[in-house]
Amino acid sequence: MTTSSQPLPAPQPLDARLQTLDARPFLLELRGVEKGYAGRPQPTLTRINLRIPQGQFAAVIGCSGAGKTTLISLIAGLLTPDRGEIFFAGAPLRAPGPERAVVFQNYSLLPWMTVLENISLAVAAASPQLGRRSVREHARSFIDLVRLTPAADKRPRELSGGMRQRVALARALAMEPRMLLLDEPLSALDALTRAALQDELARIWGEMKTTVIMVTNDIDEAILLADCVYPLTRGPGATLGQPIAVPLLRPRVRTRLSRVPAYQRVHREIVTFLSEHATHFTHGEARFAGPGQALSKNGAVSSAPALEPGPLVAVAEKAAL
Amino acid sequence: MNTQHLKALFFPLIGIASVIGLWTLLSQTVAPDLPSPVRSWEESKRYIVDPFFKEGEMNQGIGRLAYYSLVRVAKGYALALLLGTPIGFLLGLSRSFTQAFDPLIQILRPISPLAWLPLGLILFQRSEPAALFTIAICAMWPTVINTAVGVRNINPDYLNVGRVLRLSRWQMLRKIIVPATLPYLFTGYRLSLGIAWLVIVAAEMLTGAAGVGGFLWQEYNSLVYSHIILAIITIGLVGYLLDRLMGLAEARFQRA
Repeated sequence: MTTSSQPLPAPQPLDARLQTLDARPFLLELRGVEKGYAGRPQPTLTRINLRIPQGQFAAVIGCSGAGKTTLISLIAGLLTPDRGEIFFAGAPLRAPGPERAVVFQNYSLLPWMTVLENISLAVAAASPQLGRRSVREHARSFIDLVRLTPAADKRPRELSGGMRQRVALARALAMEPRMLLLDEPLSALDALTRAALQDELARIWGEMKTTVIMVTNDIDEAILLADCVYPLTRGPGATLGQPIAVPLLRPRVRTRLSRVPAYQRVHREIVTFLSEHATHFTHGEARFAGPGQALSKNGAVSSAPALEPGPLVAVAEKAAL
Repeated sequence: MNTQHLKALFFPLIGIASVIGLWTLLSQTVAPDLPSPVRSWEESKRYIVDPFFKEGEMNQGIGRLAYYSLVRVAKGYALALLLGTPIGFLLGLSRSFTQAFDPLIQILRPISPLAWLPLGLILFQRSEPAALFTIAICAMWPTVINTAVGVRNINPDYLNVGRVLRLSRWQMLRKIIVPATLPYLFTGYRLSLGIAWLVIVAAEMLTGAAGVGGFLWQEYNSLVYSHIILAIITIGLVGYLLDRLMGLAEARFQRA
């Protein structure tokens, strides 16, 4: 296990619980990372400490504008931090590379290429030793994986949003990355497509077990997919709060999930965190309210009972699903 | 045929008729040297009906003359694209190249073909390469500018895809930058062709080369004014057709 030279924020019981649950080595570590943009008085992200164990499905959750895309871009290596350090697999992270594949928010498929060509480009770049024919075969197998076989020779503009996102996912997976970075991958989709793709993502992750970092503003999505949720405070100057473990067994069944006490507690924890750290909540972001809860205008969650801490309870409930 | 179609046919006819009316009026009043439409037609008839006859260097059917001009334009235009495209990409890709050459380009751009041609004659000693030089140097600017703008406007996400894939510079250019710039490139090509055709007349007038422009100037000197009008109309029609053809080619690349 990599140990940080710089102490993390004061450890809390929840963090300790995480450490014991997850004894795997960290694949990614961010230490005191800060990133701002020219012309803005405050940095977008500040004091970001994050450690992602090998094989974890991590969800970073935050409001829109909190700096989620900035965080993903930093981890991808597309941006360099103003302060702090990022380590990937023990080495300082300097540049982007196919070992950290990104699924961009707006798909970013190359419109002049077919689905197969888009994915083949990624395969050829990630595995330069492959011959032309094997590149195609490899690409096709990933098109099959996301169930787009009939659309292999179509161009992105001929596909629906959901199909495009599948292609983007297939392209990222086809690089066989050590870490998959998902930047609000489903946020542009309608609710039904979104749900279908969440299930697809869960299925594929179950097969591949790649380390995943997904940023999202959808609490249900985070709980459905992630092993651990990392909440981001409201920007500018956003930082990460204590990680919240999701002690739910897989496969997680969307329809039954909301009745499981562990789910309800994790949900409540996230909502509470986000509301406490959202000084200027707007009406538009009422989506953070969970089932049976509503956000009042000042951002407080009404009818949310006090959190009952209890790592043991959480572990016990792993058997619940 | 509905009224929309009738209007689409009828209104352009009104436009043409009124210009012919004005032309007739001018030729009968203030400009007695200007041949009337009827006289112009009668004197030009042979050049149109038998467009490819040849009786000496300058006395040829209008089709043959237009062909000479088109060949000349094609050569000069090809040169303009060969020079303009790489310069445009360099301008779009390299900040230092832009800083070094952009001011120069802004100064060279508005220079008239009439100014370039004598320089071409000094440089190349013969009229044909001087004409090609003039066409190329005048016509390449829209290609240069549009390519540069196209490269600068590439969706940064596409470039990020290339960075994540760690593409080499050459692959980045071939797989991402060039295809992403194509729509702009073709707009530049179309504008360049328009200018190349505009320049041909000036170049031929000054060099006396056989072609529509040379013919126009020679007929002016021989006082056959109706042929000037014939040449003008031919230049306009050919230019229009070229633009439409490029427009079709461009539309094919704009869909992405």
